[in-house]
Amino acid sequence: MTPAHPPLELANTGREQDHDSVGLATFGFWLYLMTDCVLFAALFATYAVLHQNFAGGPTGKDLFDIPYVFVETLCLLLSSTSVGLALLAMQRLDRTRLLYGLGLTVLLGVGFIGMELHEFFRLLSAGNGPQRSGFLSAFFTLVGTHGLHVTVGLIWMINMILQIGRRGITLPIRSRLIRLSLFWHFLDLIWIGVFTLVYLMGVRS
Amino acid sequence: MEELIFGRLTLREIPYDNPIIMATLGGSTMLLLCIAFLIWYHGKWSYLWKEWFTSVDHKRIGIMYVVLALVMLLRGFADALLMRTQQALAEGSAQGYLPPDHYNQIFSAHGTIMIIFVAMPFFIGLMNIIVPLQIGARDVAYPFLNSVSFWLTASSAALVMLSLGLGNFSHAGWSGYPPLSEKYYSPGPGVDYWIWGLQLGGVGTLMTGINFFVTILRLRAPGMTLMKMPIFSWTILVTNVLIMLAFPVLTVVLALLALDRYTGMHFFTNHGGGNLMMFTNLFWIWGHPEVYIVILPAFGIYSEVAATFSKKRLFGYTSMVYASVAIATLSFMVWLHHFFTMGAGANVNAFFGIATMVIAIPTGVKIFNWLFTFYRGRIEFTTPVLWTLGFIVTFCIGGMTGVLLAVPGADFELHNSEFLIAHFHNMLIPGALFGYFAGYAYWFPKVFGFKLDETWGKRAFWLWIVGFYLAFMPLYALGFMGMPRRLIHYDNSHWQPYLVVALSGTLIIFGGILCQILQLTLSIRNRARLRDETGDPWDGRTLEWSTPSPPPAYNFARIPQIHTRDAFHSMKKQARRTEEVDYEAILLPRSSSLGPIMGGLTFVLGFSLVWYLWWSAILALAGLIGCVIARSWDEHTEEELSAQEVRAIETALRHPGASVSFAEKSPPIQNLTFERSPLP
Repeated sequence: MTPAHPPLELANTGREQDHDSVGLATFGFWLYLMTDCVLFAALFATYAVLHQNFAGGPTGKDLFDIPYVFVETLCLLLSSTSVGLALLAMQRLDRTRLLYGLGLTVLLGVGFIGMELHEFFRLLSAGNGPQRSGFLSAFFTLVGTHGLHVTVGLIWMINMILQIGRRGITLPIRSRLIRLSLFWHFLDLIWIGVFTLVYLMGVRS
Repeated sequence: MEELIFGRLTLREIPYDNPIIMATLGGSTMLLLCIAFLIWYHGKWSYLWKEWFTSVDHKRIGIMYVVLALVMLLRGFADALLMRTQQALAEGSAQGYLPPDHYNQIFSAHGTIMIIFVAMPFFIGLMNIIVPLQIGARDVAYPFLNSVSFWLTASSAALVMLSLGLGNFSHAGWSGYPPLSEKYYSPGPGVDYWIWGLQLGGVGTLMTGINFFVTILRLRAPGMTLMKMPIFSWTILVTNVLIMLAFPVLTVVLALLALDRYTGMHFFTNHGGGNLMMFTNLFWIWGHPEVYIVILPAFGIYSEVAATFSKKRLFGYTSMVYASVAIATLSFMVWLHHFFTMGAGANVNAFFGIATMVIAIPTGVKIFNWLFTFYRGRIEFTTPVLWTLGFIVTFCIGGMTGVLLAVPGADFELHNSEFLIAHFHNMLIPGALFGYFAGYAYWFPKVFGFKLDETWGKRAFWLWIVGFYLAFMPLYALGFMGMPRRLIHYDNSHWQPYLVVALSGTLIIFGGILCQILQLTLSIRNRARLRDETGDPWDGRTLEWSTPSPPPAYNFARIPQIHTRDAFHSMKKQARRTEEVDYEAILLPRSSSLGPIMGGLTFVLGFSLVWYLWWSAILALAGLIGCVIARSWDEHTEEELSAQEVRAIETALRHPGASVSFAEKSPPIQNLTFERSPLP
């Protein structure tokens, strides 16, 4: 029988595992984003399968207003710039500019969501809702899922603005802001896919 | 107005007219009330809440996962028994005893429960308990997220159980193919129970996948390179990659079906521009990797068991690792073999058929590795070893029938027949369940400080394996005789003898389950005799055996330095005695009631969605968002255990002879904490 609990050779310091909580959280969040990427991949694939299934209804060419969606796209792309500027301010511990940056991002994000909702209502009121055809089901779901993500990002950002206002730029808050900006840039990237594959290629007939 | 408040929920939804369900319902309600009363009588509710439900300790979460899996195993097995009895009876003029609608729900529930609520929580429980101990970590990367994951799984299991007494469960099979699962063929709440049960639990599983991937990659003890990591942790790493890649697709496919059902969209309808084969494709892009998600951890357990009880190091460690990775890669390239009859064409079918057969190669590598590990070993025939040997033989048979099914031409004949039923039970029962049973017996003393009774464990094994062969071998024959799956009644008298044999096998398995219940009861009663003071009852080779049993909340007072693959084995051989250890303060995560609260809200959310209770669905969703925000404002998520406290705990733990129970032995968790808040 072995002796009770034979001694282990110990590592030099016992605290290796308490290191770098920001890095750990960021790594996990990266992985979450990759799983989200798989989720969007499945939605894009669904759209690709259904994008010609008009069921006698309107096509993308009939429905999409490219200049309108282009302005919408600019809103989102600019918001990525502003969140980048906010993160730079965070690095310099410049609270005022950080808050301005985040505030601007929220405004642009709300603008994006507002324009998207307006587009949806326009389609719905013309009787071209997601029930109309397989194509429109896939369109509303893909674009809507992206919009839902942006909405979650907005709630998150408003929560962060409140936290910064209350507590300043603490370590946990910085950790969350790094993840929030990753999330925001990721959504931008997805939107570029949506804009290209759904809108630009949709009107090409 | 009534619809606004109660949605489509009425008292008529309780199945008064079905005596079987009502008896089950009455019995299980009584049992639950009795248990609740006994806990109250002994004044243990607050103990349960403080020490278990709100705990973020990976070992306790793991135990709760395993308990959930065992309870659900009983439910899933009861379904199996009902089906086997029905099929043994219902020949010719005899109609059996189950109404058709109920029978359809039983086979759907059986599959869903066994995969999602038995296999998944069973291995997730074992990996929760063991992986941090094996890699020399103090906890998982995100302990609070771990608790949330568990409660999501538990609440979705509760949702599926509730469907028994309120409304009904899906009758569309565990894979829920449209158009049958679409609203116009299944207007009731059954399919919705199925959707939300899988969806909400699936989100929990996805978070677990991320959690353990990060834990294994980032929290290994210094010196433990990836190729020095115990093989169980390796298979878990690969499994979690599969979870991260596969589960988002399940989320999507269920969400799309829900959109079809709830809002009238056209994803999988056969009109309006839907495409129902897209469901089948997406479902199996998740579904096939899912098979390996539940099997790979069992492969890891078999490897640990084979090495430990042969008193040898694992044969072909490196090839074992590469085989696991190869299986994982291939698992994403074979989904179409679940529906060769779709009509994808000969070339596509040939590709998927060959890819399927190729999986047999890395699996064969593993089989030979296990055999060579046993070869010339000093084998101790303990219960875990019996499960392993039973697995090797049985799994090979299942593998060969799988290669047979991988031939598209043969599959055209055999798909949707009893042959298929026999094949996948032949893979999953030895390939997953036997492995979990082996792990349960192998690691039980680590978790509770005493061994399980070997005699009853061996009896359980023999009943299970004999019962398995009797229950499933006749189904292969029935498949060749042309019997389709999921039949409630048949007119072919040649089939009946085989089905009676299958029923007798199921009854023998029932005997095995009774032995396991007895084993657990007797082991708890005789725990003084079965107690293990060393923390290393099997002369183990990996790090988890270096800790006391049960391990303290922080696992390792000091993190060990790793040099070799079987780290603990070589440490024992060198027997280097470090005299006085300098203890350091340890940061531990603080337990949180948000886990069970979020689980409860998730249950309300799922329930409301099933019954169209929109107001409470919105409230529950708002509550869940509120919980996440509240968590982000909590600055006291971890607490420090001082060096003196660590010393006191260690001294108490490392004094053999002191007989303390599990609960008293672990330090009070509510005083200990951590940081690392998950997501926002």
